[in-house]
Amino acid sequence: MNVINDKLRVEDNKWIGTRTVRPDGADKVTGRATYAADNTMPGMIWGKVLRSPHAHARIRSIDTSKAEALPGVKAVVTAKDIVDFPLETSVMLGIQDMRWMCRNVMAREKALFHGHPVAAVAAINEEVAAAACALIAVDYEVLPHVIEIEDAIKPDAPILHDFAKFEGKPSNIAGTMTAKLGDVEVGFAEADIIVERTFRTRPIHQGYIEPQACTVSYSADGRATIWSSSQGQFMVRAMTSLLTGVPQSNIRAIPAEIGGGFGAKTIIYLEPVALLLSKKSGRPVKMVMTREEVMRATGPTSGSFSTVKIGAKKDGTFVAAKGDFYIQAGCLPGGPLRGPVGCSFAPYDIPNVLSVGYDVVSNRSKVAAYRAPGAPLGAYAAECVVDEIAEKLGMDRLELRLKNTAGPGTKAAYGATFGKVTFEETIEAIQNHEHYKAPLDRNPRPGVKRGRGVASGFWYNAGGESSAQVNITEDGNVVVTTGHPDVGGSRASIANVAAELLGVDHSRVSVLIGDTASIGYSNLTGGSRVTFASAMVVTQSAEKVIGQLKERAAKIWKIDPEAVNWDNGEATPAGPNAGQFPPLTLADLAAKATETGGPIGAGVQLNTTGADPGFATHVVDVEVDVDLGIVRVLRYTAAQDVGRALHPSYVEGQIQGGVVQGIGWALSEEYLYDKQGRLDNAGFLDYRMPVCSDVPMIEAVMLEIPNPKHPQGVRGVGEAPIVPPLAAISNAVYDALGKRFYALPMSPPKVLERLDEV
Amino acid sequence: MTDIRYLAPQTLDEAVGAFAAAQGAARILAGGTDLLVQMRAGTVKPGLIVDIKKIAEMTEIAEAPDGGFRIGAAVPGATLAEHRGFGKAWPGVLEAINLIGSKQVQGRASPGGNLCNGSPAGDSVPAMIAANAMVTVQGPEGRRTMPVEAVPAGPGRTNLKPGEIVVSFTLPPRAPGSSDAYLRMIPRTEMDIAVVGLGVSLTLQGGVVTAARVGLGAVAPTVLLVEDAAKALVGSRLDDAALEAAAAACRAACNPINDKRGTIAYRTKVAGVLLKRTVAIAAARAGGN
Repeated sequence: MNVINDKLRVEDNKWIGTRTVRPDGADKVTGRATYAADNTMPGMIWGKVLRSPHAHARIRSIDTSKAEALPGVKAVVTAKDIVDFPLETSVMLGIQDMRWMCRNVMAREKALFHGHPVAAVAAINEEVAAAACALIAVDYEVLPHVIEIEDAIKPDAPILHDFAKFEGKPSNIAGTMTAKLGDVEVGFAEADIIVERTFRTRPIHQGYIEPQACTVSYSADGRATIWSSSQGQFMVRAMTSLLTGVPQSNIRAIPAEIGGGFGAKTIIYLEPVALLLSKKSGRPVKMVMTREEVMRATGPTSGSFSTVKIGAKKDGTFVAAKGDFYIQAGCLPGGPLRGPVGCSFAPYDIPNVLSVGYDVVSNRSKVAAYRAPGAPLGAYAAECVVDEIAEKLGMDRLELRLKNTAGPGTKAAYGATFGKVTFEETIEAIQNHEHYKAPLDRNPRPGVKRGRGVASGFWYNAGGESSAQVNITEDGNVVVTTGHPDVGGSRASIANVAAELLGVDHSRVSVLIGDTASIGYSNLTGGSRVTFASAMVVTQSAEKVIGQLKERAAKIWKIDPEAVNWDNGEATPAGPNAGQFPPLTLADLAAKATETGGPIGAGVQLNTTGADPGFATHVVDVEVDVDLGIVRVLRYTAAQDVGRALHPSYVEGQIQGGVVQGIGWALSEEYLYDKQGRLDNAGFLDYRMPVCSDVPMIEAVMLEIPNPKHPQGVRGVGEAPIVPPLAAISNAVYDALGKRFYALPMSPPKVLERLDEV
Repeated sequence: MTDIRYLAPQTLDEAVGAFAAAQGAARILAGGTDLLVQMRAGTVKPGLIVDIKKIAEMTEIAEAPDGGFRIGAAVPGATLAEHRGFGKAWPGVLEAINLIGSKQVQGRASPGGNLCNGSPAGDSVPAMIAANAMVTVQGPEGRRTMPVEAVPAGPGRTNLKPGEIVVSFTLPPRAPGSSDAYLRMIPRTEMDIAVVGLGVSLTLQGGVVTAARVGLGAVAPTVLLVEDAAKALVGSRLDDAALEAAAAACRAACNPINDKRGTIAYRTKVAGVLLKRTVAIAAARAGGN
């Protein structure tokens, strides 16, 4: 591996670091890409979900007889058909507890939110399926519901789960997580200045364009094939297996092209239901969510209610930090506590830290992962407090951060001791950037004020299981197969790596995503891990292939394999002593593969390690229309250590995408509920994600500081960029208006209300 | 599973006949940018769809010798934008129609549909009211005309009689020194729905306002004609006092609700802000005429 690493000096790279044509591009722009809902099969019927009309209700009984009697209806399933995971015993699949997953895909004892599935029907078409759903009689005992965190943690709040106890009493706090370092009381006693503030954010949705969809065909021999869009075909297989009782070996999960996931497609909703409908009906069953179903019943990310307290010396040295993070889990436990608890203070070297997360359930759809799950919530609170400390100390806000950056050997409260840390570099990149140095016209027109804000962020990144196979085709080209759905450009990045290592033209490499039967186990596309991990297994596979190619050439030349070099896509004798032979190209060796030992190809399966954390620092200029309360982002620059940008366009795209999602989070997106506990804005008209014209071109400053633990120096990049924007924009709005906001989104009515406060 | 009949008559008499005969089970289809969405959402289930786009009068833009315009109810916003004279005479009406939805929607959406949809937030309606547009409707009992502001009856409802179809809008000739403007407040920059929408039409002579009309949307069950705001402007030189009086009249006219799109306090305040901004644009345009 070191040999290859030495060869891959950046200045020698022909393909790595170039903006090659993306392998999925032509199909996507011509409408040919096959997404989950595009799949059809002979004999296929349609599945539809009946959802709870109540936010909280006990299910006394379900009578499906009228639905089953409707002509055209082929199967009906309820929770009785889903494998039950009793409440007493936790069964984990990755970070998901199957006790909650089985109750999420189909309400069991109670309907826990408006839109919770209670039954499903398969029929000859969607209209008949919908009509059948209306014929299912569910006897509900409607219960009082609770939506907001502050209401859910009140002593007299309606309790969702009898099994959840907090401090010995039934509670909607279903769990806690703590990260501790030193003694915060001692730390705060040493502080010259302490700032403590409370912050609120609203749940927001990942907003992927492609609604969840699948087709499942269950055959008479007990084998099932699943076509669906997800962030992990192996997760689909495992979770469907657990929820239906069909062994993993009997399920083949085929990943469709994915139309966005952002973390949300790391769990499933439809696949086990469709499998059971297919099993009962004997027909392939297709299910496609509507946008409204996606918004109502697939996980948004959590809202939060956080209090952060930071103490510092007069010279700016942080001495203690405390965070209490109440995080919405939705209706079942499992909110992303690890994000705020571990990430909020991680960029800084603080001797005394106490971070506590509280997992708060309420009658909302269960949350799902969203890009750096939970980390933006914590960073929002922490980085706004850091801004206030800088102001109170009269220090430059970036200098204050620089003074406190974590470095090699710093122990983070979440447990890690850092090796190489590249936080400082991101701060300096912003300090030295023309954007940060440019003067800001604070009052360009009457009624308009401008401000500038900064914030930083941290994300763990991840390694984990990945598999790859590199095969040389009979005509001497290259097919690389990995086990990861491509949500962020992994195919384009891997194509660059494979072309570089094998020394062939990029056009001769195809990168494909295998199904669960054609490639070894590969963990989810998530945690900013896929390009890191799959480049590692592809590198090792390519090394093996190069070894084989040298052996084949050696065999043909009747010399020792050690005496063969592989350069620029051809085998050559290592030196004059090895003999005089004309080079053998990949095509030459492929043509002679049968007589030299058979097919050429190799695969590697690994649990990858060495994914060091990501740091980011952002600067943003905003403009506020003080009469209408509208905040617009004028300019945004994001600096991040990306390790090595295998495909720079995709790395920029990751940074820009993360920032834009952060802008929506800060300014316009929120889940709104009515008094009956129903989501009031279940569509893109009133759930306001930014549109193109709402955001400027985001400038991505890619710092390429190679990760020494990776063959190409790769570091995960997808999640860190969504961590700083909430605080950066909030700090910029303060800079413009001289009034701090402690809640998101800073939507026009809220901004105007705050401006009108005396 | 209900069957839907679809008709695309060539004449207005045919359309009115079929529409009236269906006795409320029919819907008119122009661009379909509201109707098809409502059908998909399951909020309307028509037994008959009468497509009016094959009727010549409904898709015509006619400029009268006196400078007035007659616009067919089914003319898409994008077509209106391509007309050589209309945007010069009525820039405010044109900008309002072309704020509806997205570019794609503007290729289909029509002022007739926007008015008949009955939404208090319809963008073209305040501008049409400010323009003093008259609507020609035809029903089983023949033709009649009514001012635009008389059409809406409440959210999703109109004062049209059973079987009546909106045929066209007639906009009066413009006096020298006249122009109009439309502004709306939306949280995003486009692809959104008005939280407040305000149209102003002005005539200025020697810097003095001689005629004004103000239409105000999304702040009450129907789009409003704010006569007190117009009164405050007429006779003024658009000095601060007159503008503030007109803004106050707009605020006073508001009867909004708190909903997911805005609060009562926010909408009321914004109505006054938009009055001042819209007047400034209309006045600048009128001065340039």
